[in-house]
Order: sequence, then structure tokens, then C-alpha cells
Amino acid sequence: MSYKFSEISEKRFQKLQTMFPDKRSLILPCLYLAQKDTGVVDTASMEYIASRIGSPIELSQVYGVATFYTMYNKKAVGKYHVQICENISCYIMGNDQITNHLCKKFGIQKGETTKDKKFTVTGVQCLGACGYAPMMQINEKYYENLTLEEVDKIINSLE
Amino acid sequence: MPETKVLTKHRGEKDSHTLAHYKSTGGYEAARKALTSMTSDQLIDEIKKSGLRGRGGAGFPTGMKWSFIDKKNPKPKYLVCNADEGEPGTFKDRILLEELPHQMVEGMIIAAKAIDSHQAYIYIRGEYTESINRVQAAVDEAYADGLLGKNILGSGYDLEMALYEGAGAYICGEETALINSLEGRRGHPRLKPPFPAVEGLYGCPTVVNNVETFSAVTHIIQNGSEWYSKMGTPKSSGTRLFSVSGPVKKPGVYEITLGMPLMTLINEICGGMKDGKKLRGIIPGGSSVPILTAKECETANMDFESMADHKTMLGSGAVIVLAEDTDIVETTFRLAEFYAHESCGQCTPCREGTHWVAGLLHKIKDGHGTKKDLDLILSLSLNMEGGTTICPLADACVGAVRPTILKYRDEFESRLIKENKHVA
Repeated sequence: MSYKFSEISEKRFQKLQTMFPDKRSLILPCLYLAQKDTGVVDTASMEYIASRIGSPIELSQVYGVATFYTMYNKKAVGKYHVQICENISCYIMGNDQITNHLCKKFGIQKGETTKDKKFTVTGVQCLGACGYAPMMQINEKYYENLTLEEVDKIINSLE
Repeated sequence: MPETKVLTKHRGEKDSHTLAHYKSTGGYEAARKALTSMTSDQLIDEIKKSGLRGRGGAGFPTGMKWSFIDKKNPKPKYLVCNADEGEPGTFKDRILLEELPHQMVEGMIIAAKAIDSHQAYIYIRGEYTESINRVQAAVDEAYADGLLGKNILGSGYDLEMALYEGAGAYICGEETALINSLEGRRGHPRLKPPFPAVEGLYGCPTVVNNVETFSAVTHIIQNGSEWYSKMGTPKSSGTRLFSVSGPVKKPGVYEITLGMPLMTLINEICGGMKDGKKLRGIIPGGSSVPILTAKECETANMDFESMADHKTMLGSGAVIVLAEDTDIVETTFRLAEFYAHESCGQCTPCREGTHWVAGLLHKIKDGHGTKKDLDLILSLSLNMEGGTTICPLADACVGAVRPTILKYRDEFESRLIKENKHVA
């Protein structure tokens, strides 16, 4: 499997190269570009990124960064990545109910993806929506002040 | 005692995030003043006199931080905005980023002039998509209007500004870890000294300030340090944004002058407890600070001094309210688990300690723990704090766990297995 920046990512890469005095800084934004293009950050894309940034950046450095940060999906996720905050304020306001409800609804365990690859349910740390708890994030969008009815409505509206 | 809206005065108004709206409220006049009629020393002096202390968590005096930059150093100086808000319970910077981004950008222009920096970066946590979009739009608008780039407002001063997205690591809120992340490395905190003011981003002098700090700078330069320092208490001047979460009637972000009694914030501004629940305790400054019992809450004021008297801190301004029906063993476990998850792994006391504490709490909350386990948490946590590690993440874990066990010991003990019960 080989990977190459999409046209949009290539354009962004050209711009990024002008923004930092040290090209090592390109590693994090490049990993995002690969993830936007393919949904996942795998060895092929990491190798590609290392070669595009060029010496002295090696695959090992890109790999070290990709595996340190949680927002890079090293494993493919479903079309809709449902992330439920499990930290203190969301717990106090009842996040577990939502996690359990969704896992039951999809017939999966936390951290798994449905067979049709449509939904992945993940428990995550604080997303900064504590005053509007409980909350979940689906792909890039925040859904706050949730009730079970609301969760169902949101999930059912997703194609 | 109502809110005192300085930074959030125009919050909620239509298009408050746009340049047009910001300018209609007098926006960028402070930057003009700083760039055209004040020297960098005057700016630093003004911020020093205002008494402004960093709003990220540590509360370090901002003017003093700026004054550590040696202007004779020929290397480029960098200015970094820490928008990696991640302390559980904290969501106040998000409001400033999403609704009032120009106020922060303006504060950064002023700060850049004060430290003689011509390159600024805004490091935003990756999950804050809306904030990223709004801040990027604000920076683009500012460039288009000649407020960033070359020869800003005809002053001859140049400043470039760029965004950098974090990727989901709490530790990058620590300034040296943030600097490493911005350099394209893992978010490992660095040993200090050298402090960032001497050797920071790319080995150059660097100042890192929080979103709210920059936003406050704008108003201090606009209205003067005397005006600012009159608000609050002598050692805790100005206003501050607090994020209130948990079972209160009106959770949210509120701006108040420092020194307000904690219970006034809860009962008057947040409308009191939800559904008539009884208060159990409050974590007053984000997950890392020691909890206050309901009784202690009655005498605590929201300022640096009163919090110190109560052996806790204002931290990131996150007020987490716990009610009588909150399972304190479970909340303590969740916090310990958070620190175990977010430990960067460099230092043994943190890497091993946080997981050990979380594991023991897991055992206790599930009803399998013994008194020995509980005592073990208290004793092993002594080896996790007080400078045994590079950064304070392990201390934060201890701050979230030990005082809670000591103050609510009965609740923890009631979950232990009985001494005479044999466990296979």
C-alpha cells in the first residue's frame, strides 16, 4: 500500500513549509493531512511523511510522534467516530448511561467498530465541555447537554 | 455580587467573533497604542503594575515573565499562545477562542512588541475544531486588514502569526512540553532551567502565555494598569473567568472579580444546586487541585490568597461541584485514571505511580480493596510529589487523590472488604 498527499494536502504542505524555521515542526500537521486523506495513520503514510519532510527526519521520529498523540488513529475507525467524555464532570452528569446505551444499540464494546464500519464508540478524556455535560463528539462536531432521547435522535439522523 | 464583564463584555452579541464587530467595540486601539506610542519597557512596566498573573494555572506574574527576555540576545524571540486547554473541568478558553478571538490576537500583538518578537504561534488543542476555525479566520482577517504581517498599522513593526494544532495530549498544556510539541516532538516536558525565556522554542528566548492572559493584556493596555489593579484583591488583581460544572442550576463560564466568596459564585451566579441537592464538596481550580469539603467552601474566597489558606489553588479556574449523590470514590478513580493516561512516561514516579494509584482505586471502587491498599495509596503518593519528576503532572495526580481520601476517608473505607472476609 502506498500513500501520497491528495491535491488539497499537497497544497497545504507547501504552505506549511513556509511557516516554521525547523522542518521537524511539520511532523504533526503532516500526520493530520494523512489522516484527513485516508482516515488513518499507518506505516505507509508515516514513511511517506518522513520522506517528504526529508533528512534528518526519519520514519522512527514520525512513528514516535504518531504513537504519542491520541488524536492520530493508528487503527481505522468507522465512518462516524463517537467519542464520549468519561472524565469527572461528564461522569457526575451521567456519561456512563450514554456509553452503555450506544454500545447496546450498536452491539459492540467500547473501543470497537460496528461490522458495517459505520460507528466506532470510544471513551475519551476531557474535551472541554464540562459545563454542558454529558457530551459526545462525533467526528469533529460536539454534541452537548445530552439525554438518551437526544442521543438516539442524533444517531438516527446520521446516514 | 454580579459578574464583572471585562473580557466577556461582548460575549453573546451577534458576530462577536468577527473583525467588523470587534472594531465597532473599539478593537485594536490598544494594539495601535502599544505599537505607535509605547516602548517595550513601558508595556512590560504597565503589565507589571497591573498585577496580572497568568491565567493558565500556575498564576505566575505576567509582566515578570516578559521581563526575563533578554532583548540583547541576537536570536529571534518567539511568542506562543497556550490554547491547549485540557485540565478536566476547564472550558473557559474555549469561549474566548470561539466567541472573542480578536481580543486574544490583539493581546498577542501587544505582548510581541513588549518582548520584541516577530513570530507568534497559537497552539490550540486539536479537539477544538470550532475554536481552530474561528481563530484561523480571525488571524486571516487581521492579516487582510494590516493588523498582522509587515509594518502593522504603519508602525514599522512586523509580526507573523500562525496556528498549530495539538493532537490530544494533556501534557502539552505544560509550557515546555508544548514547546517540544510545537517543534514536532513528543510532548515531553523539559528540565528547567534553562527556562523558556532563555532557551525555549527552537532554542530561542520564548514567552508562553494563556489565552485569557493575552485577552486581559488588551484591556490593561487600553484602560491602564491602575484601572485593572483596582479590581479584585491586592494580590489577586483583575477579573477572571471561571468554568463551573456539575449539578448546579446554571453551569457555564462566568467572569468575576477575584475575591468573591465561592458560595456567592455557586448560589447567586450559578443559581444554586440543581434539584435541591445538597453540596458535598467543590474542586475549586481544575482536577489537579485539592478538593474543598462543603464546610470549607463556606469560608473560601475565589482569590490566590484565600485558596492558599485553604491549602488548595485557583489553578485553571475550573470549579467542579460535587453533590451528595456523587460517588466520590468513583470520581477520584476517574481523575487518577486520567493522569495515568496522560503521563508522558519520562519519569518513573509519574509513569509508574499514576498507574499504581489508578489501579488501587479501581480495586477499591469495585469493592475488592483492603485497608492496606488505601494506606498504600497514601504512602506511595509521597514519592510522586515535591520535585521527584520533571513536571508537576504527578503532583497533580496526588493533589486530586490524597486530599480527597483524607477528607472523605469514611466513604473510601466503606468500600473496603471486611478484615475477616477471606478472598480467594
